[in-house]
Parts: sequence; structure tokens; C-alpha cells
Amino acid sequence: MVATMAAEIFAQQTVNGLILGATYGLIAIGYTMVYGIIGMINFAHGEIYMVSAYLAAIFLAVLHFFGLTSVPLLLVAVLLATVLVTALYGWFVEKIAYRPLRHSTRLAPLITAIGVSLILQNYVRIAQGARSQGMPSLLQGSFILPVGDQGGVVQITYVQLLIIIVAFLSMAVLTFIMQGTSMGRACRATEQDRIMAALLGIDTNRIIAIVFVIGAAMAAIAGVLVSLNYGSFDFHIGFITGIKAFTAAVLGGIGSLPGAMLGGLILGLAESFFAGFVNSDYKDVFAFSLLVLVLIFRPSGLLGQPQITKV
Amino acid sequence: MGHPLLTQPLLTAILVLLLTAPVSGLVLDGYDFNLRWQPPLWLTLIAFCIHWMILLFKRWRLGEKTGKPSPWSRVSSWGSRPSVHRLAFFVLPVVGLVLPFFLGKYGLTVAILALIYVLLALGLNIVVGLAGLLDLGFVAFYAVGAYGYALGHHYLGLGFWLSLPLGALLAACCGIVLGFPVLRMHGDYLAIVTLGFGEIIRLVLNNWMDFTGGPNGLRVDFPTFFGLEFSRHAKEGGIPIHEFLGIDYSSNTRNIFIYLVLFLVVLLILALVSRLKTMPLGRAWEALREDEIACRSLGINHVTVKLSAFALGAMIGGIGGVFFAASQGFVNPTSFTFFESALILAIVVLGGLGSIPGVMIAAVVLTVLPEMLRDFSDYRILVFGLAMVVMMIWRPQGLVRARRPVFQGRKA
Repeated sequence: MVATMAAEIFAQQTVNGLILGATYGLIAIGYTMVYGIIGMINFAHGEIYMVSAYLAAIFLAVLHFFGLTSVPLLLVAVLLATVLVTALYGWFVEKIAYRPLRHSTRLAPLITAIGVSLILQNYVRIAQGARSQGMPSLLQGSFILPVGDQGGVVQITYVQLLIIIVAFLSMAVLTFIMQGTSMGRACRATEQDRIMAALLGIDTNRIIAIVFVIGAAMAAIAGVLVSLNYGSFDFHIGFITGIKAFTAAVLGGIGSLPGAMLGGLILGLAESFFAGFVNSDYKDVFAFSLLVLVLIFRPSGLLGQPQITKV
Repeated sequence: MGHPLLTQPLLTAILVLLLTAPVSGLVLDGYDFNLRWQPPLWLTLIAFCIHWMILLFKRWRLGEKTGKPSPWSRVSSWGSRPSVHRLAFFVLPVVGLVLPFFLGKYGLTVAILALIYVLLALGLNIVVGLAGLLDLGFVAFYAVGAYGYALGHHYLGLGFWLSLPLGALLAACCGIVLGFPVLRMHGDYLAIVTLGFGEIIRLVLNNWMDFTGGPNGLRVDFPTFFGLEFSRHAKEGGIPIHEFLGIDYSSNTRNIFIYLVLFLVVLLILALVSRLKTMPLGRAWEALREDEIACRSLGINHVTVKLSAFALGAMIGGIGGVFFAASQGFVNPTSFTFFESALILAIVVLGGLGSIPGVMIAAVVLTVLPEMLRDFSDYRILVFGLAMVVMMIWRPQGLVRARRPVFQGRKA
């Protein structure tokens, strides 16, 4: 009986961890791509994710108001609208707060990023109020799978399945864009050597803007899916989730796309097991400790290349 | 194409309208929403005007002769004139010492808070401004100082005067323990690790109910003066100070006392920091900030130098924490959130990274101003964020530019 219980918890926490990890991975893409291309931690990225959760709920309410009731259509429309506006946010933030600082010290963009995240957080708080908001559950129901031979079960809701599917689909599309299109090639070239890429006729400022847009779009996908899954959010969610997604990016090796997804999954699983088997009060402490330890002992991450400073 | 002076701001306005219409125009109400016309339109109008003014300003600057000093540079050069410094050197301590006797209860609380932020800003200024290490978890050391006093009082019965050096020492040790593994990594990673550390401390303080009291916090005893207490009636055997001095009891006496001690400590730290800045250690900090590789090849031990900056900054933060606990009489984890770190960082950035007078002015302004503008307290943090962005773009050196120590040889 005890063994069944443990197996059941294990299976359920694995499922939860994978789903958590998939969303961390999606957000981590924004950190990892921006870091890869301009070597800066986009501190405001977590807040972009928070804004996207609000946008999703707002668009859902508006579409519902205009009488759209078909669930698949609603999902697609909300996802598209949210991704579009969030991407605009990403682009705007880059244009206003980071582009003017392209040639200043390393600290400057980091400080403006903190400024931007304070601005976004409080803008949303003032506009929408400080209380937490709800998201109607569009997809109800779940699959129930048996675990072991003593009748244990593990539950996967439709939303969770949707998260996994959308996360991996968007990863696949992104990988195709980066590897198979001329724009992706320009991105990779800019990442390797910005000056050389500019000399070869690539508009590096445009490429950097595109990277911010891609990052924001991925965060928006995560925002829609997570708020559908949990059903509630507030203006604080960006901070903690942002740091955890950054941890995922560092864990996988910052600058590497598959690394972001891998790091996200590992972090999600680790956090979920820690919460399930050790102590759920300290799961954030655990995630932060993991971040500190990874940065100290393996700053290049699992799939990243160590950085060599040239004089 | 129309006139560029109009089309560009118009485009910005349309973009801002698109961005703000959903978030500030459609306010969620349960699963429904309420429509609000004004906020997005106002924001759009503001964006249009700002962009238009920036374009006008740029055009005006093009027409101007270059090389003319801007009014701002005159202000900061006035601030760095030696005669002004000498005047400030004599006048400010006197003003600071006399001030508490003219302030009411509320004014005293604000003044103490302002001094605590001056202390914190001086500490962070060493780490970020002078040594160039972006520390986003400075609040951790503040918390270590405050909780060091509170826990020491609660479990060991330590008083304020013993806690002050112990809290400072404890915070410095924390700085060294954190700094040692961390300082090998470069700028942004350091920022994230310190941020993580700050959050870990806060979360542990919040979750460890048995030891720290969790979100309920801990009560702290108020300080005493050579055994004299500041309460109306002393505990067993003690003498309240108003009886000792033969004056009427006033609840302000305690705050005046805390203020004066704090003021003296600030002066002491100020003397220490401005001395250190011109000493070899301070110059090594600034040199490492500018070019680490060059410094290491010249034989500067980058780990010890950075570690000393980190430990010193942490120590000052810890002292600030002890005073915070002593003046509030109570500590709980909500005083040590990431926002607090961001606020101290904003102070240092706005004052001018590395500039001691600038940082002190910014600390006083940023604590006193929000108190005076209570009506706008909703917008306080928003304005801090805006100020940080605008400052970095428009005047990255801060309001008062850091002065380079210059030595003039004696005339023979």
C-alpha cells in the first residue's frame, strides 16, 4: 500500500514537473536568446510573461463578450492575440529601454531592465488592481492513467496535455526558424559576431529586435497556458517565475535553445519532486539554491560552451 | 511621407495605444471586464507629447553650438567645488545634530528612515558604485543585521550596544561567505546570484516559524543609554532617562536618541568611506571596475579586493539593519523584499554611481519625497522605475558626477 502511494505520488509529480518544466522552458527561451545575442540578462522578461497572462484573460473576456463560444476557436484566437500584443511589448521595451544603451557599460542595461520590470509590474497593478485575477477554465476534464498493478492512478488534465503539445510544437517551429530560414541564419550570425554580421549586410539592430519579439512571444504562449492551467494570477507572478526560468536557462547552458528546454524540464521535475517528497514551503528556496549552486559550480550549464574572455 | 516631426510621434502614439488599450482600458472584473476610455488615451497623448518634445529638443541641440556646458553640468560642477565641500563639511553636521530637536514625532521617524537609507546607500555604493559589482540582494545584509539584533535579543538577551558591532560583524561574515565563491563570476551572473541569495534569506525568515516567528516577526527591545531606559516606567531596577535628567517624559526622547546615535554612525561611516576611496584599496576597487584583466596582470588580487568591498558594503548594510530594528521595535520579513534592494539600487544609480555626496542626497530625497507625496503613493514605485530608465539613458553618471580623487602637489 505504501509502495503504491509512493509510486502514485512519484508518477503524479513527474507529470506535474514535466508541465511546470515545459512552461519554464518556454520562458527561458527569451532569456537565453537575448543573452546569447547581446550578452544581457533581460530582467523584465518575467514581467512580460505576467503581462501576457493578463492579456490572455482580457482577450478571453472580450471575445466571450462578442459571442465567441467555440472553445477551440477561442483558444486559438486568444493565443494569437496575446502572442501578438505581448510581442509588441517585447519590441517596445527593447526599443525604449535597451537600444539606446547598446554602447554603454554592462551595468546600464541591467539597471534599466530592473526599472522596466518595476514599471510593468506597477502599471499592471494600477491599471488592473492588486487583487488576483481569475481565468475561466475552458478545457475541463482529464485523462486518468493507471500506475502500477495495485490500482494507483495518475491524472493528466486536458490543459496539461495542451501545455505539453503547444510547448513542443512551438519549440519545433522555433528550431525550424532558427535553423532553416534566412532570418534564423542572420540571428545565429549576429549571435556569433555582431560586428562581422553587420559588415556582411545584416541589420543587427533589427535582428536584436526580432530576438526580443521571439522571446516575448514564447513567454506569451507560456502565459496563456499557465493561466489556463492554474486559473488565477496576479501582478507578482512575473518575478518568481522569471527567476526560475532564468535558472532553467542557466542550467541548460545560456545561449542554447535545446538547453533552455532541457533546463526547464530538469528544474520543473526537481522542484516538483522537492515539493512532493521533501517540503513544499521551501520549494522556492530549493529553486534559488539550485540557481546559486549552478552558477557557482557550472556557470556554462549543461549544454553551453564555457566563455573565454579574450583580451 | 508627412513631416517627420509629426509622423514619428504619431506612430509611437498608435503603438502605445495598441499596447495600453487592453491592459489599462479593459479592466478585468471576475470573468468579465469593464471598459475605461481615459487611461489608454491619456497614456497615448503623453507618449505622443514626449516623443515630439524629444525630437524638438534634438533639433534644437543640433542648431546650438556644441561644447557649451549644459545647466546640469553647471550644477554638478558647483557640487564638486572645494569651497562648497568645505562649507558642507562644517554646516551639515551641525544642522544634522540640531535638527531632531525641532522635528515632531512623525518628522523624527522620517528623518531616522532617511538616515538608515543614507547608510544603506553608502554601503551599496561601495559594492556597485566603486567596485562595480552589481549586487541585487543587498537587502539580505540589511535583514541579517536586523534579524541578528532581533534574534540575539530574543534568544540570548543581547542589548542594542552589543548587537550593533555583532550585527555588523555577522553581516560582514555573510558578505564574505557569499562573496568568496561568487566573485569569480562576471557581472550579470553575480547580479543573479546575489538576487537569489537575497530571496533565499527572505524565504527562510518567512518559513522558519519556530526560529524566526515567520511572517509574524519578532519584537525588539529599544536601546538604552548607559543603562538608562527610554520608557515611561523602567523595568525592575532600571531608571528611565527622563527621571535621571529631570525632564518631562516624552516619547520623542527615544527617537531623538536613536537619531543622534545613527547620525554619529553615519558620520563615522562617511569618514571611513571617503578616506578609503582615496586609499590604495579604494583605488584598486575602481581600477578593477574599469578593467579587471589589466588589474590582474598588474598583480592586484582581484578576489581579495572585491571581497573587501563586498564585506564592507555588507557590514554597513548590517549596521543599517540593526538601527532599523531598533527604531521600529519590531522586524518581519516583509521589510526585506526584492523591492527594497531595487530601491537602494535606484538611490545609488540616481545619485551617481560612486559619488558619495550624490548618493547621500538621493537617499534623503527618495525617502523624504514619498512621505510628502503620500497622495501619490500608488505611483511611487512606477516613478522609481521610470527614473531608473530615464537616468541610465539620459545621464548615466547620475545627478552628481563622481569626483576623481585629485592630488595637487605642494608648491615648492
